[in-house]
Amino acid sequence: MADMVLGATKAHDREAARASRRHLLARIVIYSLLALFSIVYVVPLLVVFFNAFRSNAEISAMGLISLPQSFNLGAWPQAWSDFCIGGQCDGVARYFWNSVGMVVPATIISTALGAINGYVLSKWRFPGSEIVFGCMLLGVFMPGQIALLPWAYLLGQVGLANSVYGLILVHCIQGLSFTTLFFRNYYVGIPDDLIKAARIDGAGFWRIFFRIMVPLSPPIIIVTVIWQFTGIWNEYLFGVVLNSGSNQPITAALVALSMSGTSVRTYDVMSAAVLIAALPPLLVYFFGGKYFVRGLTQGAIK
Amino acid sequence: MERLKKWLPILVIAPSIVASFIYVFVFAGWTFYISLSDSTLLPSYNFRGFDNYASLWANRRWGVAYSNLFYFSAFYVTCAMAFGLLLAILIDQKIRAESFWRTVFLYPLAVSFIVTGTVWQWLYNPASGIQFMVNSLGWTDFKFALTTDRQNAIWAIIITGIWGSAGFSMALFLAGLRSVDQDIIKAAQIDGASWFRTYRKVILPTIAPIFLAVAVVLLQFAIKTFDLAVALTNSGPGISTTFPATYVYDFMFQRGEIGQGAAAAMMILAALAVVLIPYSLYLVWRRRREAGHG
Repeated sequence: MADMVLGATKAHDREAARASRRHLLARIVIYSLLALFSIVYVVPLLVVFFNAFRSNAEISAMGLISLPQSFNLGAWPQAWSDFCIGGQCDGVARYFWNSVGMVVPATIISTALGAINGYVLSKWRFPGSEIVFGCMLLGVFMPGQIALLPWAYLLGQVGLANSVYGLILVHCIQGLSFTTLFFRNYYVGIPDDLIKAARIDGAGFWRIFFRIMVPLSPPIIIVTVIWQFTGIWNEYLFGVVLNSGSNQPITAALVALSMSGTSVRTYDVMSAAVLIAALPPLLVYFFGGKYFVRGLTQGAIK
Repeated sequence: MERLKKWLPILVIAPSIVASFIYVFVFAGWTFYISLSDSTLLPSYNFRGFDNYASLWANRRWGVAYSNLFYFSAFYVTCAMAFGLLLAILIDQKIRAESFWRTVFLYPLAVSFIVTGTVWQWLYNPASGIQFMVNSLGWTDFKFALTTDRQNAIWAIIITGIWGSAGFSMALFLAGLRSVDQDIIKAAQIDGASWFRTYRKVILPTIAPIFLAVAVVLLQFAIKTFDLAVALTNSGPGISTTFPATYVYDFMFQRGEIGQGAAAAMMILAALAVVLIPYSLYLVWRRRREAGHG
């Protein structure tokens, strides 16, 4: 009897040991796969980062992918203010500020308009408002190529051709469908009773918006601002088609820079330039990652 | 005053409605009309019927562009989905430092494909990138020169595209996996289903709609592929990595063939419609059915 019990516990122990071994093995597989894949993801970033501080002589001798042996900061001021892009030798600074001057107003305006539109389309519905919303949504799917000629013509007519203001206008209208979608879907979740009660108390359209809706909006405002900021900063097609020369945003400058086919490639300076172009959206991503992902999933699924 | 109050919401939204309407319908209509005209260097309004479409489809370069698009879409969509799903399942195993891993796989989404393409172009460069590194490690015969090879340059774009978008499908799949009812999973495990079987038979079927959503979004990205092709290969070597979107750019703004460029742009719109119209009809149908059941 005692023997049998002992045998059973032994068998149980063995079973448990096998299970925990299998668990450990599974963990090892999971973490090694994750580590392997993350190397594939981190290496390109590290390559750019290291090369922005290595000397060009070292890069051409050792290749792009190797650990740094030297440290110098010389590439940065050169990329910022001396490097030649398309015949102009004053670095990426000008293009960087073009992008800043474009992205800040365009993000603020398109987000504000999206909030108001979403508010009307969710809380002040009127006959046909669903159709209006549907039409605005179509804008989400419009390929930029369709709009190129009309924009070029229109901006020419209103005197905004080849200017940062023109790009602000383009991105405000481009972004309208997305921002409206974000805010409308968020505001639908706010109970109508809240609005009704406020209206009975005599609050009007704007009062309800500023006193009730806006204070409830920070999460969706952050999502929308991040979405618009990264989207507009990274945009290339309109920047390269509608603007030229020194009025282009930084994405267009980056392409011009890497295509200005001099025989010796100055990878150190170009790495610094790439980092300067990538830094603003990367910072936004690292500090607002949660909201970035939320915007991504919402923007994609709805 | 009362009247104004009633009309205020509509007045407030009117400018946005007008702008969206112009943007969606007038712009598309205008480009469509240009595609039917004899425009070359400048827009012209002489009606020419479908001549531009005929010469577009007769153009060898357009043939390269759309066969590239099919080839790219097939590999890009399936591989980015498969890889993203694998990452999502790995991250869903109650791992440590989950947000760290997620951040690593998702950061390419935050930077533009221009930046990604520029950097990968360096990595593909045989004289300084991956090939150079492997060669200098001792394997001197190793060849990895996708971007200088007409036949294989498209693979450079496919690989980098997958690298850039797998994190995106990971995020969507992960959101889906997290929404699966834990009780169903527990029930399956109590029934003695293995880990693999639980995923294959229970979890993945319940998130089937997410597969479709991810596929549609990735397909949309594929049809619009422009930045990556410009930054990585600039449609080369030769014309081997031309895409519909780079074709439009090239014909409209480099060659002064606005009419044919507009025709190509309309084909991109048509491709998007072919993907998105059935999908949105399906979504409406599913919502109705769910509403009917609820």
